[in-house]
Amino acid sequence: MTTETPVKDAPVLPFDPLAAAIGDVEGWPDVVVDPVLDAALQPEIEGEIGTKQLVIVNWSGELDRIWPTLILASTAAASGVQCKVFVTFWGLLPFVKDGVRITGENWMQRMLSFMQRPGIDHLKMSKMNFLGMGPWMIGRLRRKYGVASPRELLEAATLMGVEFIPCQMSMDMFGIKREDLIDGMGDPAGAATAIEIMTEANASLFI
Amino acid sequence: MTVNQISQQVDARGLSCPMPIVRTAQAMKSLPSGALVEVLATDPGSVKDFAAWSRATGNELLESTTDDAIYRFVIRRK
Repeated sequence: MTTETPVKDAPVLPFDPLAAAIGDVEGWPDVVVDPVLDAALQPEIEGEIGTKQLVIVNWSGELDRIWPTLILASTAAASGVQCKVFVTFWGLLPFVKDGVRITGENWMQRMLSFMQRPGIDHLKMSKMNFLGMGPWMIGRLRRKYGVASPRELLEAATLMGVEFIPCQMSMDMFGIKREDLIDGMGDPAGAATAIEIMTEANASLFI
Repeated sequence: MTVNQISQQVDARGLSCPMPIVRTAQAMKSLPSGALVEVLATDPGSVKDFAAWSRATGNELLESTTDDAIYRFVIRRK
């Protein structure tokens, strides 16, 4: 039983005549693979992130729409589904930092942020808002039934690796700068990025 | 399964969907493969949810029991 096994472990190097000449004289050094170093040089594979992907286009900034967005995003991340959320138009406003009240450069942009207060704690409802009575009552019901707030869900989602991608066009139009947005958001991108991630994903939603 | 084999307990009592799942997933991240996690919940929807989540993630749902409106799950990490 002397079957020759082809040498698979030999490194494939580009041909270098000088090195070959030296190698002929001195002999090729044995390549010793250090397992620790080798492991360190390998690209890190995310053990928690599976191959399935979910993309949500978060267009609405309303309480009753951002809630399902964040519930699905955090649950996807908890279920090992790689989740990306493309944050566009009104959907951008809840992702503005806590301390930032007025955003924008010109009077129209500033007026817009004055009329529609940005931030995750200042969400209106798509129906039955009643000058804030609706969200207030929903908030009371939420606490009574132990439902996580959008803030808690956003923190959990960010912690578990959900990628939030802000829309560059919406940022420009609303005058929202990168530093106005919460920490941990991805790089701003456009519609082509949204199309790419949506077509690659197993499921995509527009909320 | 005896209780002393459980590495971590997740108390999700009083929490609504999706927090029992989210908290469990967060707790599991720091545990080695094969570790057992016990989850206590009061959300009736969690019975179906933990079964679905276990199928999706490959973690093994060893026990799913109800005692006095408290749902108890024992999961082995993949």
